[in-house]
Amino acid sequence: MEDSRREFLKKAGVGSLVGLGVVSAVTAIAEKTSAAGSHAPAATSGIRYGMVIDTRKCIEGCTVCSDVCHEIHNVPDHRLPNGDADLKNEIKWIWKEPHANVFPSKSSQFVSSELTKKKHMVLCNHCENPPCVRVCPTQATFKRADGIVLMDFHRCIGCRFCMAACPYGSRSFNWKDPRDADNMKVIGKKGGFDREFPTRERGVVEKCNLCAERLAKGLLPACVEKCPGKAMTFGDLNDENSDIRKVLASTNTIQRKSELGTGPSVFYIV
Amino acid sequence: MIEKALTGSQKYWTWIGVLLVLIASGLYAYGQQLSIGLTVTGMSRDVSWGVYIAQLTFLVGVAASAVMLVLPYYLHDYKKFGKIVILGEFLAVAAVSMCMMFVIADMGKPMRVFNMFFYPSPGSVLFWDATVLTVYLLLNIFCGWVVLQAEAKNVAPPKWIKPFIYLSIPWAVSIHTVTAFLYAGLPGRHLWLTAVLAPRFLASAFAAGPALLILLALLLRKVANFDAGKEAIQKLATIVTYAALTNLFLYGLEFFTAFYSGIPSHQHALQYLFTGLHGYNALVPWTWVSLLLGLGAIALLIFPSIRKQEKILAIACIALFVSLWIDKGICLILGGFVPTPLEHVTEYSVGSLEVMITIGIYAIGALILTVLYKTAITVKQNAAK
Repeated sequence: MEDSRREFLKKAGVGSLVGLGVVSAVTAIAEKTSAAGSHAPAATSGIRYGMVIDTRKCIEGCTVCSDVCHEIHNVPDHRLPNGDADLKNEIKWIWKEPHANVFPSKSSQFVSSELTKKKHMVLCNHCENPPCVRVCPTQATFKRADGIVLMDFHRCIGCRFCMAACPYGSRSFNWKDPRDADNMKVIGKKGGFDREFPTRERGVVEKCNLCAERLAKGLLPACVEKCPGKAMTFGDLNDENSDIRKVLASTNTIQRKSELGTGPSVFYIV
Repeated sequence: MIEKALTGSQKYWTWIGVLLVLIASGLYAYGQQLSIGLTVTGMSRDVSWGVYIAQLTFLVGVAASAVMLVLPYYLHDYKKFGKIVILGEFLAVAAVSMCMMFVIADMGKPMRVFNMFFYPSPGSVLFWDATVLTVYLLLNIFCGWVVLQAEAKNVAPPKWIKPFIYLSIPWAVSIHTVTAFLYAGLPGRHLWLTAVLAPRFLASAFAAGPALLILLALLLRKVANFDAGKEAIQKLATIVTYAALTNLFLYGLEFFTAFYSGIPSHQHALQYLFTGLHGYNALVPWTWVSLLLGLGAIALLIFPSIRKQEKILAIACIALFVSLWIDKGICLILGGFVPTPLEHVTEYSVGSLEVMITIGIYAIGALILTVLYKTAITVKQNAAK
């Protein structure tokens, strides 16, 4: 009798401990998701670099930002034998897409003809909660303390899980040797191979690095600096007095697919 | 014991020779892929996984299906499976080996594969998939080998092997669940972002795997004079039937959710597979062939009196296996990339070197299976004497 009572107490104790564990785990997850689900601003500690793109100032047909980005980062321009762009092997860090493709979940009826024709710049969103980082099996892609999502090209195994995980199509894979591209064979000239920045090896993933190498020198990202329409504002999203926060506070902005909980750090004024 | 695979009839050696030729051509193609790059495949920026990862997905299912023999035999003491439980375990060994080779074939930097274990990332499902697959491979080769060795010595299997066998049962479920999680947790890939993906994977695995086992058992009766027993084959046929129906039901659920809710993003990939999207329809014939073969197989399997005729059962199993191979080994993975995150449609067409590598890996799998089955069957036939 005494024994079975002790047994019962033991089991009940273990049972309630397990129960408590489950409850606290669920609450922890719920707390984490409710913050993301409400699209609320993140914890405001530390730096979180981000960007606002004012699409009204983006000039139609202009490709200055992507040209300069791809040039300084040695992005290979793979071409087919007939000279056309090789879309299968394409590598791109920042480029233009039609409005409806950039914002597929925004209103699609009775859109103004201006917006229907409009193209916006797209690039890595340097998400606050990046799915690419979550899925990477080697931590070759990681989020820095300042919010920039970076790639370690020497650790990447080329599994491309991050490409499947990115809901923005921001990542490219080196199917070919990047140095085989014609523009990479021209060394030291404009549009050619730039010795200031490494080329990648065949077999690794790459994407926009928000010009981490320029930020280290106190420079702005190249796209922001060179934009002829001054359409991009760069800054620390966690600093209330930054220019970017002033823009965000004064204008209505949207993020791409914010409903996915990724917390993009690139905002658009449409 | 393995030396038993070194003696065989002329037919046996011809078969081995054919496999070696296919393996050699696969290795040549892989050499080309290594030196030129993955650009030799049909994969692209938009469709960044192709037949390699699709075969991985399909074969994890084939591997997991060993549990459909292990569970009835060891947990329910269903003696009729005694002769063939080893066939299931060794099929799992061959299938998981192929899975690993397909992962390597798909990698941009295969020489860095161990980075997965040098920098273990518990947040990554791929890390877990590699881990559970490795353990499952070891469990099956270990359990199968120890039990077979006991049989060769005419003694009962050691008692200490039981815990490993019991562990292999939930482990089989885990490998396919984790493989489903590779896909089911990715935001913005609507074909994959479904809670029933893991159950669908398990159901289709428990249909395709045992269907293959039935075919292998029928083949072994012809070529190796090894009879699995009518009753064991019929029991497998029952398992196949239930699993195929469950899979069809779960697939149907996807259609209800997508089309009754009316949410376009949930419909696009299914529309692409069944009718084409924005004029792109490369996978439409595949999808319909898969569906019709699957329905045909179910029609033959569902009546016990029909599936009892082994010739018809064989036809049904071939149809079902092909149907599920198309579904998981082609459509599900490629369809997941349509439309792209930027709402474009890019199609994939497989490269010739990619096909040679794929066939080469299947040939390595078949060689592993042949050697293991030859060993197992010779041991069993000697023990019966």
